[in-house]
Amino acid sequence: MSTTTDPPRVAREDHLSVRRHRRPPLSARDRRRLWTGLAFVSPWIVGVCVFVVYPIVYSFVISLTRYSGMNSPEFVGFTNYLSAAVDPLVSTSIGNTLLYAVVAVPCSLVVALIVAIAMNQDLREVRWYRTALYIPSLVPTFALGFIFIVFVNPQFGFVNQAMRIFGAEDVNLLGDPQTIKFVIVAMAQLAAGNAAIIFLAGLRAVPPTLYEAARVDGAGPVRQFLSITLPLISPVILFNLITGISSALQIFTEGYVVSAGVSDAIGGPDNGTLFYMLYVYRNAFSYASLGYASALAFLLFVVGVALSALVYVLSKRFVNYDLDAG
Amino acid sequence: MAVSLPQRPAPANAPRNASRRRADGSTKKWYSSVVARVVLVVISLAFLAPLYWMVASALKSDEELAAFPPTLWPRELHWENFSAAVQSMPFFTFFRNTVVVTALSVVFSVVSNFIVAYGFSCLRWPGRDKVFYVVIATLFIPFPITLIPMFDLYAKLGWINTWAPLVVPSMFASAFYVFLIRQFLLQFPRDVLDAASIDGANAWRTLWFVVFPHARPALATVAIFAAVGSWNDFMGPLLYLQDQDVQTLSIGIQAYTMTASTEDFQYNQLMAVSFLVIVPLVVLFFVFQRYFIRGTTVGSFK
Repeated sequence: MSTTTDPPRVAREDHLSVRRHRRPPLSARDRRRLWTGLAFVSPWIVGVCVFVVYPIVYSFVISLTRYSGMNSPEFVGFTNYLSAAVDPLVSTSIGNTLLYAVVAVPCSLVVALIVAIAMNQDLREVRWYRTALYIPSLVPTFALGFIFIVFVNPQFGFVNQAMRIFGAEDVNLLGDPQTIKFVIVAMAQLAAGNAAIIFLAGLRAVPPTLYEAARVDGAGPVRQFLSITLPLISPVILFNLITGISSALQIFTEGYVVSAGVSDAIGGPDNGTLFYMLYVYRNAFSYASLGYASALAFLLFVVGVALSALVYVLSKRFVNYDLDAG
Repeated sequence: MAVSLPQRPAPANAPRNASRRRADGSTKKWYSSVVARVVLVVISLAFLAPLYWMVASALKSDEELAAFPPTLWPRELHWENFSAAVQSMPFFTFFRNTVVVTALSVVFSVVSNFIVAYGFSCLRWPGRDKVFYVVIATLFIPFPITLIPMFDLYAKLGWINTWAPLVVPSMFASAFYVFLIRQFLLQFPRDVLDAASIDGANAWRTLWFVVFPHARPALATVAIFAAVGSWNDFMGPLLYLQDQDVQTLSIGIQAYTMTASTEDFQYNQLMAVSFLVIVPLVVLFFVFQRYFIRGTTVGSFK
């Protein structure tokens, strides 16, 4: 890269001026600037070709083949997509992932907002609460999985002990294909600190004069929250919503670690934690069906991009960017 | 020892004491702060409970851990669980591997993202901002699409069971880090860049001798995010590191404890190594917390 700033100018300019004479010509200086700029961003250009464009093209092409990684891919048309449509485990994994997303995403938004409001209290020792609320989001997902295997364990876990105080019956929350998903939802809430920090920055950007004006007009705390705070932090809500949805659809490590710790099979018990990405992983790396797994991954890619676009378009109607403009 | 927010300049029309106001703007009643404190303490304890249980379980004897109902605080503190845990598996190999992979990722990320972000901010060239829209668009590409193609590519390159698949991608800049550094560099005074150019410094020299000294806060944020991301990575090591000699902590501990026969499965030791995995992150956080928070908030504001 260090060699880019002194190109053989004369030769290159002649070369370009011959080939590009139809466009409004860039001046010699602009052309030099263009090449310098491209040289500096070239690591990204290479990266985007190798890590974005190539995988998308490859996934689609391989999804039309039968391929184990060893043989040469054999073209089978849309067979893999048709197989996916009738594969009962695809429906199971979609169901698990959607259930998780539908519960976890709204929960995470509400919990993160509550945590942010807690972090924003005007108390002398508020820094300690902020630290306590943020520390759990530092824990790596895999370690959080280990911790929850023990924390929710029916025999030596804390949760069952606490539930007994409230007279609940002893149940193995990790042994049931439905409740284990809610354990994973609860686990995800511990990482609320990151989203809360983003909300907190949003809360602090709201001009206090608005609250003063609302109070003069007789608005109570609830009304102030609904009519001032929520609309003005809506860009931040949108940001957390998009990142929340996309990470919920991609959930993998939580299901892998927790199910490996509490059941015989990854994705267990009874396929209760077989999230979509776990099923992609299983097909690709346990069954060596790279073609079929690529078809599944490509479907997720299409859905993910479509959802991001949809949320973005809908947001134009509900999100208030007045603060950004000011 | 506590989280503080980065100081942002107050908007011109905001009162100076904006950060001290109460969220709902109401006047304080004597009981309101008591209620708030009780609620805050309860929420904080709920968030810390799993971590407390990790520490408590790590210090219990095997018998006490198996006892029913579980004790809230260990009757005896069995510190030897920690030494037993790190000796029961090649913990220090995993630890060293993780440190090496993390360090390489951090260095490569900082250098590559800095160069690219400089190209998108301090340099002026035709089409620059249009290309930058493409950078932003790639932020929204769901990452799982890359899983199988990259695995196939790395397998063909013979990179399985090496650290290359975890480290090499950080040489090629990533959209989020480029965005983060660019936002910072856009504030760099134009005059200084022009002066450097008049003095005969080319873009490459300007990058390292003029801009770099001022970009350190943004680069520190990227370094920390890259470090945490690398330290916490589970899926990459799961796919690419099958030999114990090269495994990192995440997959090393997981593979060792979950595939060992259940009789050998010591939960107190699992909690002990989990604790050891978390400690470096917490230390990093307390030393560099303002960079953590800056990095978290930058993405949400356009």
